[in-house]
Amino acid sequence: MGLESKLTNDGFFTTTIDALASWARENSVWPMPMGISCCAIEMMAVGDPKYDIARFGSEVMRFTPRQCDLMIVAGTVTYKMAHVVKKIFDQMPEPKWVIAMGACTSSGGMYRSYNVVQGIDQFLPVDVYAAGCPPRPENLLNALMQIQEKIGKTRVKDFPDAQQSGFDTKPTDLSLSKN
Amino acid sequence: MINLNTKKLKDKMLIDYIPIFLVFGFAILFSAAVVYSSSLFGPQRPNSEKLSTYESGMKPIGTTHDRVSVKYYIVAMLFIIFDLEVIFVYPWAVQFKKLFTEFGISIFFSMLLFLVVFEIGFLYAYKKGGFKWD
Repeated sequence: MGLESKLTNDGFFTTTIDALASWARENSVWPMPMGISCCAIEMMAVGDPKYDIARFGSEVMRFTPRQCDLMIVAGTVTYKMAHVVKKIFDQMPEPKWVIAMGACTSSGGMYRSYNVVQGIDQFLPVDVYAAGCPPRPENLLNALMQIQEKIGKTRVKDFPDAQQSGFDTKPTDLSLSKN
Repeated sequence: MINLNTKKLKDKMLIDYIPIFLVFGFAILFSAAVVYSSSLFGPQRPNSEKLSTYESGMKPIGTTHDRVSVKYYIVAMLFIIFDLEVIFVYPWAVQFKKLFTEFGISIFFSMLLFLVVFEIGFLYAYKKGGFKWD
């Protein structure tokens, strides 16, 4: 199951830096609980003993973006709130991932309205969409497991430093198209 | 250094603590290694937005290094003055007769000297306007 199963009779095993780094990353995904509306209740349920997000190493909900790897956007994002979500996402250090939890977050849901962003993928790089209104806690856990799977496929060199890659260090401009 | 061969009780007690020191040592080494490895593997992409103050996503107003009202400092100073005065003077006053028969008049003047030192701080707070409440 864990590392101990990899131990052969010799009592040691070899690995690569990529495997070690992604193993560490995928088993300590600290979420930023961006609980904006009712989906946040299901997100809280994920932390309780019945669903127990601690099994995946993600029980440490951090209320500062500096310590977070994963942003769980749980709720209806209005145009006013979009600036807040974007700012907090920008303040998270790389590497970082995003779960769009629920119908409102993914597509605006039932709020086909002048003030609701029709899907946060208009301004955030969403990795996993969790369907449902709200999604059941199991669904959020499934989304987290897919994030872990995605992290498992990454390599250390996929996230280069700014000066190595010529990465644009300027904060991205938030320009939302109202429709 | 601990001599491992000696059977003296004093040294034996220290030897018992070696596992604790080892745990401390490993804890320090491990946490240092983890912090260093995160700076080794984690990408560094600073920008002005990321380095800005976290105010729950709001635009920060003013600076984080805000100046605190001096009034509280004066209150704290007055508290220390009166607190220490009470601590020393109250038992002194209760036991004054007994102390007077034992030490004579010097017990009075030594406390007076102590109070004079405190009154300097008191006068300073008074001059700073520590008693003006507005």
